[in-house]
Amino acid sequence: MTAAASLPAGRRARWRRIAGDRWAVTGAAVVVGLLVIAAAAPLLSAVEGQDPYTYHLDALDDSGVPRGFGGGISARHWFGVEPLTGRDLFAIVVHGARTSILVGVAATALSVLLGVLVGMTAGFFGGWYDRITGRAIDVLFGFPTLILMIALGAIAPAALPKPALVVGVIGLFGWPGIARVVRGQTLALRGRTFVVASVSLGAGPLHVLVRQILPNLGATIIVYATMLIPGMIGAEAALSFLGVGVPPPTPAWGRSIGDAIAWVQTDPMFLVFPGAALFLTTLAFNLLGDGLRDALDPRTAGVAR
Amino acid sequence: MRLLRFAAGRLAGMILVLLIVSILTYAVFYLLPADPAQLSCGKPCTPQRLADARAFMGYDAPWWRQYLDFLGGIFAGRSFGSGSAVVRCAAPCFGYSFRLDAPVSTLIASHIGVTFSLAAGAAVLWLVLGVSAGTVSAVRRGSLLDRTVMTASIAGVSAPAYLVGLLGILLFGFTLDMVPVGGYVPLAENPVQWAWHLILPWCVLAFLSAALYARLTRGQMLEILGEDYIRTARAKGLGERRVIGRHALRNVLVPVVTVFGMDLGGLLGGAVITERVFSMQGLGALLMDAVGNVDLPLLVGVTLFAAFLIVLANFAVDLLYGVLDPRISL
Repeated sequence: MTAAASLPAGRRARWRRIAGDRWAVTGAAVVVGLLVIAAAAPLLSAVEGQDPYTYHLDALDDSGVPRGFGGGISARHWFGVEPLTGRDLFAIVVHGARTSILVGVAATALSVLLGVLVGMTAGFFGGWYDRITGRAIDVLFGFPTLILMIALGAIAPAALPKPALVVGVIGLFGWPGIARVVRGQTLALRGRTFVVASVSLGAGPLHVLVRQILPNLGATIIVYATMLIPGMIGAEAALSFLGVGVPPPTPAWGRSIGDAIAWVQTDPMFLVFPGAALFLTTLAFNLLGDGLRDALDPRTAGVAR
Repeated sequence: MRLLRFAAGRLAGMILVLLIVSILTYAVFYLLPADPAQLSCGKPCTPQRLADARAFMGYDAPWWRQYLDFLGGIFAGRSFGSGSAVVRCAAPCFGYSFRLDAPVSTLIASHIGVTFSLAAGAAVLWLVLGVSAGTVSAVRRGSLLDRTVMTASIAGVSAPAYLVGLLGILLFGFTLDMVPVGGYVPLAENPVQWAWHLILPWCVLAFLSAALYARLTRGQMLEILGEDYIRTARAKGLGERRVIGRHALRNVLVPVVTVFGMDLGGLLGGAVITERVFSMQGLGALLMDAVGNVDLPLLVGVTLFAAFLIVLANFAVDLLYGVLDPRISL
């Protein structure tokens, strides 16, 4: 059997492995559901007849706590309302999915771009460049990045749109992991016959990197990008939780959870809904990422679970 | 002798890293257009008063000069202004908060105890919990216990600290009324109350990482249990306890220590968040206070201090390698 013929068979085996992994399939289903919810957020809240910005002070009692069962759950407000403002919690949660996924995916894209760029060039060119980037990766790995993110977010010029700033700051610190993996793979690919042949035929470094090596990194990049997304979503939520992330009134799960600290005793449902949404999202992405890694990297298969 | 040379090499590397990190951090903070003199100038802010404030704080010098002043301050201390209005900042001077009228190092010193108690206790708890759960899981592979630990661990990896913290407060603090939900008692004052107030924060911070370490330990342990030298150890009649505890665990610990070194920065970040949840006045609270009031010297000082702390801790972790695994090239 030639190598060309065995490739699709290998791919089919991978698919079968992913499809046979119950947890990965569940994760994928939840991720797809979340994407639909995020895309259809205005539609969903329109069906409910609410939006995430309007105050409903009539739904609150005198101390700002929502009236009625479970934080004001009713036919009008499916998840109840936010304490103090009476904004509709269902609308906030579904619109929050938008914020989380947009920021998470954009930051991941930035990190993957940086990581692949650094990793590929370091692995391919080697030498002092490789040593310097390797050291930078080591340092960044152990760095208190959250503290730097907080500080940077605080002093950035006000003219910069905050969501873009959050994406930039999170993405800027997320690349070391993927860079290290890509570097290793590039190093291995560099010694393979087809790359050596291409170089000896006179191909320039750019051609070799883009046309010969990059296509072979596809699976790795997809796996690590998937595994990066929950971390990025978590980082955005952490910044918003601390009050230096996406600014109000844009709905963000992290900020709602941060606001819920003051209400945890009087209105626990205000914590439960955004919290559950955040937990489900990161869990689903983690399950999917783990499944993809097990399917594409036979070395870890069966060890992780 | 070899250990000494290794330590010296690492030390030189560490100092280089510290220098680069501090230059980069300082440059970033300087280049962004936040002007501490403007903020503290008051109203009405005449150009003359603004210039005076700048000169007093040392912000009229070029950025490299300011950086050198800052660096010098860490080793020798420095003073701001001159004449009767002079403000002295003793070494190690990480800057001076004009808003709070106190050296940043003093502010850090009065807040670090909380953060250190929180982080150290949580780290001990998560290492012990994670490594033992992972070991048991690997030894009893496929058992109900193993499956429970592994399922709990992926949930643990996915749950953010503040969420677990708030649910913990809700359940153990308010509903069951078992543990205190906030506040901090210094260790020197009352060790029992100190631990009692920290129990919930420790568990919260440790739970998430313990999950990760359980997975890591289990994977490593399974790999190592298949090695020849483990079979040899069993063949020569060693008890299972000794095989696992002495022969296998030592090799499992090497990657655990590697990951632990990488997690130290995350631990500090987690502490910042956990402090917020439990309303504790640690470094995180100090940092958020600096953010809220745009106290630039405090912000730079705390950020750089945190970076220094982590680089130092990583240095210690590097030395630990040599102790754990004599083969590692020293």
